[in-house]
Amino acid sequence: MTSRAAYVVGAFEHPARSLPGRSVASVHAEVAHGALRDAGLNFSDVDAYFCAGDAPGFGAISMAEYLGIRPRYTDSTETGGSAPIAHLGHAAAAIADGRCDVALVTLAGLPRQSTSRTFRLEYPEGLEAPEDEFEQPFGATTPALYALAARRHMYEYGTTSADLAAVKVAASRHAAVNPNARLRNEVTVEEVLESAMIADPLHKLDCCVVTDGGGAVVVVAEEIARSLPRTAVRVLGYGEASPHGSGGDVPLTSVGAQLSGPRAFERAGVRPADIKYASIYDSYTITVLLTLEGLGFCEPGQAGRFVREGALVAPYGRLPVNTDGGGLSNNHPANRGGITKIIEAVRQIRGEANPEVQIPNCDLAVAHGTGGWLTTRAGAATVVLGGVG
Amino acid sequence: MGAQLPAPEPAIGPESAEFWAATLEGRLLLGFCDSCLTYFWYPRPLCPACGTWGARLRESAGLGEVVSYTRVHRGLGEYAEVGVYVVGYVQLDEGPRLLTNLVDVSDDLRIGDRVAVVFHKTDGPAALPRFRPASEPAHSA
Repeated sequence: MTSRAAYVVGAFEHPARSLPGRSVASVHAEVAHGALRDAGLNFSDVDAYFCAGDAPGFGAISMAEYLGIRPRYTDSTETGGSAPIAHLGHAAAAIADGRCDVALVTLAGLPRQSTSRTFRLEYPEGLEAPEDEFEQPFGATTPALYALAARRHMYEYGTTSADLAAVKVAASRHAAVNPNARLRNEVTVEEVLESAMIADPLHKLDCCVVTDGGGAVVVVAEEIARSLPRTAVRVLGYGEASPHGSGGDVPLTSVGAQLSGPRAFERAGVRPADIKYASIYDSYTITVLLTLEGLGFCEPGQAGRFVREGALVAPYGRLPVNTDGGGLSNNHPANRGGITKIIEAVRQIRGEANPEVQIPNCDLAVAHGTGGWLTTRAGAATVVLGGVG
Repeated sequence: MGAQLPAPEPAIGPESAEFWAATLEGRLLLGFCDSCLTYFWYPRPLCPACGTWGARLRESAGLGEVVSYTRVHRGLGEYAEVGVYVVGYVQLDEGPRLLTNLVDVSDDLRIGDRVAVVFHKTDGPAALPRFRPASEPAHSA
């Protein structure tokens, strides 16, 4: 059995945030095209394809035909916003095992073109989630479920709404220098607290943006990476977890990052303190606080203080986070956005982030995705990425 | 707050008829495993704690405490027009936490407050288990 290192050699984020008149399939194809071009590869080079529930059609198969690729390895693992990071980890494992050489991961969606106002996923008849009948009738919207985590964190640790707001403030400062960001206005803590209440304690500006678009990455085996002109980013470690209520012991302030993080760090042979940049899934401000603690960037209960002290602000904060503006201010395509977490980490390691937020000598980064719904059941995936010195 | 909450009919699964029938009689049933003696939520025939097949339903006293809550200002679907309502997790005295609505609560609702189950009839063969402050006299919805 072979064991080969895997490298991200191509990354592309669609520059648009609204795409009227487009099909979801064509946006997947456009971002795939962009990532392959970035890598210096063609569709004919692709022998593995990864996509999740945001891809139209039957698993990975409909899109494989649309793209004109003939993968010998496919994976349509669906874990919401953590799926692209899971796909990256799975691709690295498949490459290490010699099952493929050039893996393509895509994510795309057009939620701004939808008029649907449902608050949970709708499944085909007979395939409803088994929990639906016991949860759906109570009007627990997605922000409400995250608000339950935020309220409990405040109760246990004294975290405040201003602490939550500090996460958005940092994101908005980063988005202000990102010409493609959905929201480019810098906001203050006061403006977050004065924005409309959605599900208390979460205000409108504690919630991520809704955007069309998507992104893709290309992961290849070492010998192929060496033959390509672009800076390759090595996949050093990967971990995942599937936290859930396990029959009634519902997690309120613990997250899957507590499990996926150590698994990724151990594999990479690094510690949280070594990390120079982190892409942290930010569906809501509370998602970031819980993940900072879960990944070990601060002690449980201390994330409020950590962010209040400006740790997340690039380039000189203790741990710059989401330097593209994140889901909170830049982009959250397909209402999941996990691919953007990988893409910004790749930009940082390549030295291609927006100049005002580029971290000097950024040779070690983390990307973490959270999928599904905190306080019920979720996916979690962490990848450690490194520069080739 | 919550007096005019909608009571959407759950999509009752083929193995849940007994659970929902009990709600019409004012009884809250939990999953219970005779092998590991664990109550669990939501009910199903497999015990998620120990993997024993053949778990059964067992009645809860319907009492517990609030472990988290949120006042939802932007409802969707059936809740789009109801104004502010409260979603919370209640930890039952038997152990499991369940997602529910807190009704008839005051502005000084707190984590740790004791609550008791009430049942709100839906248009179908089911009533929704919601919770109200335990110290006040019960009334039907």
